[in-house]
Amino acid sequence: MTEGILFDAAMLTTLALTLKLATVTTVLLLALGTPLAWWLSRGGGLWKEIVATLVSLPIVLPPTVLGFYLLIAMGPNSPLTDLLGFKLSFTFAGLVVGSVIYSLPFVVNPIRNAFVAMGPRPMEVAATLRASPLDAFFTVALPQAAPGLITGAILGFAHTVGEFGVVLMIGGGIPGRTKVLSVTIFDYVETLEWDKAHVLAGGMLAMSFVVILAMMLIERRYGTGARR
Amino acid sequence: MISARFSGRQGDFTLDAAFDVPGQGVTALFGPSGCGKTTVLRCMAGLTRLPGGHLVVNGVTWQEGRQITPPHRRAVGYVFQEASLFTHLSVRENLVYGLRRARGPLRISEAEVTQLLGIDPLLRRPTATLSGGERQRVAIGRALLSQPELLLMDEPLSALDRISRDEILPYLERLHASLQMPVILVSHDLSEVERLADTLVLMEAGRVRAAGPIAAMQADPNLPLIHRPDLAAVIEGVVIALDPAYGLSTLQVPGGRIVVPGNLGPIGARRRLRVPATDVSLGRHAPTDTTILNALPAVILGAEAAEGYQITVRLALGASGEGASLLARVSRKSFDLLGFQPGEQVVARLKAMALSAPAQTGG
Repeated sequence: MTEGILFDAAMLTTLALTLKLATVTTVLLLALGTPLAWWLSRGGGLWKEIVATLVSLPIVLPPTVLGFYLLIAMGPNSPLTDLLGFKLSFTFAGLVVGSVIYSLPFVVNPIRNAFVAMGPRPMEVAATLRASPLDAFFTVALPQAAPGLITGAILGFAHTVGEFGVVLMIGGGIPGRTKVLSVTIFDYVETLEWDKAHVLAGGMLAMSFVVILAMMLIERRYGTGARR
Repeated sequence: MISARFSGRQGDFTLDAAFDVPGQGVTALFGPSGCGKTTVLRCMAGLTRLPGGHLVVNGVTWQEGRQITPPHRRAVGYVFQEASLFTHLSVRENLVYGLRRARGPLRISEAEVTQLLGIDPLLRRPTATLSGGERQRVAIGRALLSQPELLLMDEPLSALDRISRDEILPYLERLHASLQMPVILVSHDLSEVERLADTLVLMEAGRVRAAGPIAAMQADPNLPLIHRPDLAAVIEGVVIALDPAYGLSTLQVPGGRIVVPGNLGPIGARRRLRVPATDVSLGRHAPTDTTILNALPAVILGAEAAEGYQITVRLALGASGEGASLLARVSRKSFDLLGFQPGEQVVARLKAMALSAPAQTGG
């Protein structure tokens, strides 16, 4: 392993693309997932269970299955493509859409659990203190659910960095556009460039370890705080 | 004037409760657990919505059938059974959460509230380190600072241990004495009600059995209160004399004077006495050669059989029965031996040492 391998231009492009994809996906997931998690956490009903099931599907579905359907939906002659006027398949935007759907449960579920654990009381207290529902959501619900939001963001980011099947199906691995880390590792292995594969795989292993450790620490800190 | 009526179903429970109570002072919603007290209180805050009924508080309509003002648009303060402080905020941030959002004129300031409830030393402490009683005081202060026109309290003391309860009761009595706003208090503890409430709403199985001034409700022979073993009469009076040499205070109550142990001053202060029925005995003549300090003329209004061969005698103080109502529980044998009849003038003897005067009420 030499310095030259670490500064490989193709590798840096891949790394930058992966981080960009994960960042955009995480931001979108927090923006979409938080209201969705709130809605799912308030009250019951069959509809909510059906939506919750759909949200959780990517946990059990093989990524290739999800990628296959997304590829069809984003490909030529699909209703979505007709509606948009352009194809999403094999584009960065397509990857973002796929990643958002693929990582949705990893963001929505921890946030939903945090809202459920909070219970209805804090929002009732806020209402009797003249806070409108929106005001109370931002000044009470979000701060109280902070550990869930942080966990969701970390999981969503890490999961997007690590995805393989979906991005390969809908992105194809075009360098600089849709070729992310996991696909690059696969390519290196296929072409017997073991040294480069080692660098990327080792990097991802280290990152995963740090992510899980960070989550445990956050959980421990806020976990004891929440029982006040 | 507070006019309330709520009817509707919640699961298996049917509520149909209506009452009109004065728009000032403390009104207690009293009844066994599961009778719907808390549901009524939640309806008054708008937290629970029952489509049937109305709520008008001192001229402001908060509910008329299905037209229900949401809780955040009502000038209502709510103290929950558990303090429910916001754990992500400091004590002070909790206190001013409602104050920042309050509309209309400032009725009570942060300084007044912290002084009234003794919160000052707590302001800089994290909410996690407060005791149960301290938390509940902060919760009450937080509700008061939202400048409510109506304060609702759902068993604010029931989650506390005896010591915290004794610590917080004097604060509640001070609130009662110094605040103008009406308070609705949910309670299943009669002694708490007797210390704090002016008006009693008696609830049973989702309905209001009766409502009225507490003294009248205690002495009503048609209500279950009169059969309680801990029956007592609540009498309000004014301090008219102090005797420091003997450690006694004299209160002028409607229809008589009562001597009470302790310095209840200053002169002119209003005080509330709780006189247990078992501490009142009856005779035909003023006693001589006795250690009993209080012997007051009274008129027998009626008598009800009580458990354990006893009789509950309803009385009114004063030679012609014009004064406050008083209750006595005596043995059936002595009652029959003396042949007391309704309308008869008697002398009620009160064990002075048994009188308890909650400190610092009135002003």
